[in-house]
Amino acid sequence: MKKRVIVTGVIGADVHAVGNKILAYALEEAGFHVVNLGVMVSQEEYIEAALETNADAILVSSLYGHGEIDCNGLRDKCDEAGLKDIILLAGGNIVVGKQDFKEVEKRFMDMGFTKVYPPGTQPETTIEDLNLMFAKK
Amino acid sequence: MIYLTADIGSTYTKLVATDIESCKVLGASCAFTTIETDVREGFNNALRNMEAQIGEFSYDKLICCSSAAGGLKMVALGLVPELTAKAARLAAASAGAKVVKTYSFEISKAEQEEIYEINPDLVLLCGGTDGGNKDVIIANAKRLCQIDRDFSVVVAGNKSASHELQKIFSYSSNSKANSGIDSLSEGLDNSASESLDDSFSRDTEKYFAKHFVITQNVMPEFNKLNIEPARNCIEELFISKIVEAKGLSALQKMSGHEIIPTPLAVMRACELLSRGVSESEQGKVCLQGKVHTFDAALMAGWGDLIAVDLGGATTDIYSMADGNPTLSNMLSKGLPEPYAKRTVEGDLGMRYSLAALVEEAGIDRIVREATSFSGSEITKEQVESWIERCCHNPDIVSSKGSIEESIEEAIAKMAVEIATDRHAGIIESVFTPVGQMFALTGKDLSEVPLVIGIGGALANSEEPSKILSGAKYNSARYIYSKPKEPKFMIDGKYIFASMGLIGGFNPAVALAILKEEIKKV
Repeated sequence: MKKRVIVTGVIGADVHAVGNKILAYALEEAGFHVVNLGVMVSQEEYIEAALETNADAILVSSLYGHGEIDCNGLRDKCDEAGLKDIILLAGGNIVVGKQDFKEVEKRFMDMGFTKVYPPGTQPETTIEDLNLMFAKK
Repeated sequence: MIYLTADIGSTYTKLVATDIESCKVLGASCAFTTIETDVREGFNNALRNMEAQIGEFSYDKLICCSSAAGGLKMVALGLVPELTAKAARLAAASAGAKVVKTYSFEISKAEQEEIYEINPDLVLLCGGTDGGNKDVIIANAKRLCQIDRDFSVVVAGNKSASHELQKIFSYSSNSKANSGIDSLSEGLDNSASESLDDSFSRDTEKYFAKHFVITQNVMPEFNKLNIEPARNCIEELFISKIVEAKGLSALQKMSGHEIIPTPLAVMRACELLSRGVSESEQGKVCLQGKVHTFDAALMAGWGDLIAVDLGGATTDIYSMADGNPTLSNMLSKGLPEPYAKRTVEGDLGMRYSLAALVEEAGIDRIVREATSFSGSEITKEQVESWIERCCHNPDIVSSKGSIEESIEEAIAKMAVEIATDRHAGIIESVFTPVGQMFALTGKDLSEVPLVIGIGGALANSEEPSKILSGAKYNSARYIYSKPKEPKFMIDGKYIFASMGLIGGFNPAVALAILKEEIKKV
């Protein structure tokens, strides 16, 4: 079977490189084809990479608290670019301070994300979710 | 042993005679190109001019390059502008083509018509990484087949689409102007093409025969450039198809060697001058030459350099440098660019594309530069009148010390400035939680120590460094990563293309001559 293609990267002006590498490694090991864009990735770069590689999912990481601002509008741009119904995931320290994750989750889902993950999520959780989502597609 | 090189330009046929044993240029001459009648006429006229200079001589080898009849006119197609479309443009430019336009995504009806109007010699069709998007490249293949022009197509996109692409192009080649694409759709068992076919009106669309070659993807993996295979295909097609169409086959027969596009010869000379000649290369080819033992100092290249070829119709920039970030807090972004990079600006030229150049630069800037060059006030009217005269009469030459000469130099500087801006990497400042960082897209050329000028406007100028200063870093346009402290040199005899040609046979000799003839200004 063709490997599922996942675009990963750390969004915005965020330079946290380590977690992104671990995540990419874990996804590769789980049998996905990972297109890792590294750090300081703009929304446009995720979309361009997903277009060229015909990706199945975009996985956005954010560690520095500005994730909400950085992620806003990504789904709209995906729709605009023709990446219809592409799976959009976000995770890390995506907002500033200790906020109720339920509310954070709602705000990200309203932005069009398929699923959002709180700080401390293990790669295994995301991998399991991805497999479920792909099985449904 | 004497090598004669011929550069068949749109206007002039330029010859250079080189003595291989003594590593000396014996003479250079030129005459009008006679491509409409018989290209050999112009060649023979130039040869007579040469003999008038250096006396009768016989040559052992004739090697030719050409940019006549519009050069190798190409358009490039990709998917995303900054990714495969850019990779396609880089590949076509590095093969010595004049890349008239680059298209991305599925081309529109208007763009299809535009390609018809451009009437390219070759089309480079790319799109999608291997295993990635194939809808767009398939759709564009069909749209290209609907264009009633006789161009060849080099396909260098998603390998997973190659079956469909093969079918589309062989279908169009098998029967000229097929009506309808029903039979084609039947031949395709793929679902992607089925849904695409629906969007065509089946009975009215026509396919026109296209010669095609399928090669490796220019971007097989995301952000990984692989332009060599496409570049080789373009070169082979130029030799097998274009040479004849451009009326050069008589010359090809005379020479016995393959004719290549002139910019490709220049590119090879730039690479040779930058990288030098290794011991193994020299051992192979310099048997009759004087240098028998390998002299590392003599055969060393000049390292990183930029060459600027300022012509009547285009301005070409060649950079030979890795272009890695020069600051520690700088991150590379986007498509990695090749060590040997060429860009060609079809809207920046001293004569045929002067109007577009003036529009891009802005008349006021030209007036200001011209005034500072001449030392006395030059008015807008004077500049406008000279531009008009140039547009009406492309052969016009400004006289030494005149106002027009200053205007000419100002325009030339603008062309160099804009062309190098577009060639160089772009630096953007980003504020992050760990402090200020810089994002670099393209090549960082700020530490390149050398800029070489090629081309008439530069060779004939009294002070070419004035014009070449356009290639220098400018703090007012700080986002362009251009050389901060470059030395300027000039190819006064226009031997770059010749040495690129000779370098194919004897790189050691070509390098020695380049190092001798390229002079500091």
